Amino acid sequence: MTEEPMVRADRVSKSFGSNMVLRSISLEVQRGEVLCMVGPSGSGKSTFLRCINHLEKIDAGRLFVEGELVGYRQKGEKLLELKPKEASLQRRDIGMVFQRFNLFPHMTALENISQAPMRVKGLPKAKAVARAMELMERVGLGDKADHYPAHLSGGQQQRVAIARALAMDPKLMLFDEPTSALDPELVGEVLDVMKGLARSGMTMIVVTHEMGFAREVADSLVFMDGGVIVESGDPREMLANPKEARTQSFLSKVL
Amino acid sequence: MSIPKSAGPNNTAQGEAIKAIPLRHPWRNVIAVVLVLLLALFVVDAAQRPDYGWPEVGKYIFDKRISQAAWVTLSLTVYSMIGAITLGLLIAIMRLSPNPVLNGVAWLYLWIFRGTPVYVQLVFWGIVALIYPVFTIGIPFMDPWITFDNTIFTNLFVTAIIGLALNEAAYMSEIVRAGLLSVDEGQEEAATALAMSWTQTMRFVVVPQAMKIIIPPTGNEVISMLKTTSLVAAIPLSIDLYGVSRGISAVTFTPVPLLIVASLWYLLFTSVLMVGQYFIEKRFSRGSGRRAESSTPDPTPPEIPSPGALPGTVPAPLGNEPGGKG
Repeated sequence: MTEEPMVRADRVSKSFGSNMVLRSISLEVQRGEVLCMVGPSGSGKSTFLRCINHLEKIDAGRLFVEGELVGYRQKGEKLLELKPKEASLQRRDIGMVFQRFNLFPHMTALENISQAPMRVKGLPKAKAVARAMELMERVGLGDKADHYPAHLSGGQQQRVAIARALAMDPKLMLFDEPTSALDPELVGEVLDVMKGLARSGMTMIVVTHEMGFAREVADSLVFMDGGVIVESGDPREMLANPKEARTQSFLSKVL
Repeated sequence: MSIPKSAGPNNTAQGEAIKAIPLRHPWRNVIAVVLVLLLALFVVDAAQRPDYGWPEVGKYIFDKRISQAAWVTLSLTVYSMIGAITLGLLIAIMRLSPNPVLNGVAWLYLWIFRGTPVYVQLVFWGIVALIYPVFTIGIPFMDPWITFDNTIFTNLFVTAIIGLALNEAAYMSEIVRAGLLSVDEGQEEAATALAMSWTQTMRFVVVPQAMKIIIPPTGNEVISMLKTTSLVAAIPLSIDLYGVSRGISAVTFTPVPLLIVASLWYLLFTSVLMVGQYFIEKRFSRGSGRRAESSTPDPTPPEIPSPGALPGTVPAPLGNEPGGKG
């Protein structure tokens, strides 16, 4: 039996006004795969990530998660937009971690994590809190449960944000430059949590500038520029011997 | 870069302490003295002028009719603000909702109620009972199924609350909207990514954070509403503080003392409200992320200064002098 890939993008395009940010992107992410996306700012990698959980609508092509069309329903020839309820049902299985953490500042770390399972999945409070506590331990912050985000360092906040996404038991995790807003000395602790997650078999798409992480953890690497995939392949091979001139010049600047 | 020897890590001796003569501000003192003299002159003069009728002020300041009317004014303020805040929140959320119908309705509401004077609106609500003496339910232009008398707008106290609340809701909705817009977009995005619905996102994520922006100007609106209640004369409702003091003065032919009496009561209420606002602002300006009860070992949680510490802590000077005569 050929299993549907976790994510399948088929000639996906997206414009903001007259600015075309994604030009016919096609790629597949298999279950358990860790895909890293690199490229200069404005190359469309973050936008692509946001299309996967329908925070942005695509203009052309088809995007599937677990074989299911994202944001739309095919009815014969016609494409129907999903109701907000149906769209959020699709998002339940996709966790997302943001560059700026976006923790809820008026809630403690524990409340941040237990919020969505309670509100969205209707988990009883005791269960949601117990699970949140478990996740706090997992990201190494068992002693910080009652802290408000403002009392946590950037690295700790991002780890809470990862725990918050994991609380929904996602099948796919999206990371949008998770370490770009961190002080250099705090990057490691977040990457460690992500490595652990990758080892546990989570399917991950990571937009990042951390080439070391890509080399060590990723199963595949995509280099994007100007809204197109310039080059993709095995991360170690690609980082060592980039084939395209554009990839070479980018990597020579960041490595 | 070079570091001079004297500043090296081994040199622990401090530099010479600064003992400078502070900058003098002689004109401040002069102006203050002149102002105090002018005020004293005014007070002495006012105390002797018969037109102010100080004995009358003393006689009516605690008159039962006046204190009851003060209670009416306070009730009008509280009820209409509760209505205005509720409706204002609803309209603000409608204005920001992705639904163009709700958005359009909210815009129309704002356009009408903010675009016409509150006095004119109150006059209108006062005569609504004449325009619509009965309410009917049924198919338009056919015999109605159910008919009942318009008893809402024949109760002038209720009419006043409705009129004031509907007008104030337009202003409150703009305050609430500003508060909601002040919440970082990433918050809504994070909630959406967690599969929360728009309603849940608003209720559990956006609105709680907007409160800290919404509360201070809302306090301002409460104080403003307290005084706007004097316009219910347009309905006409005359059981409020201003209405009653005017009614008394129409009989006694002593308008000035009763204006002073009414003003003193308004000042008393606004002073109390200002003190209340000061404390509420202090609480909310701490920022929800830095609440004291969080069990944190954080050595020095940065103290955010309350924006524009209100003059409300100092009782208005006018409140003291003429009243003391009573």
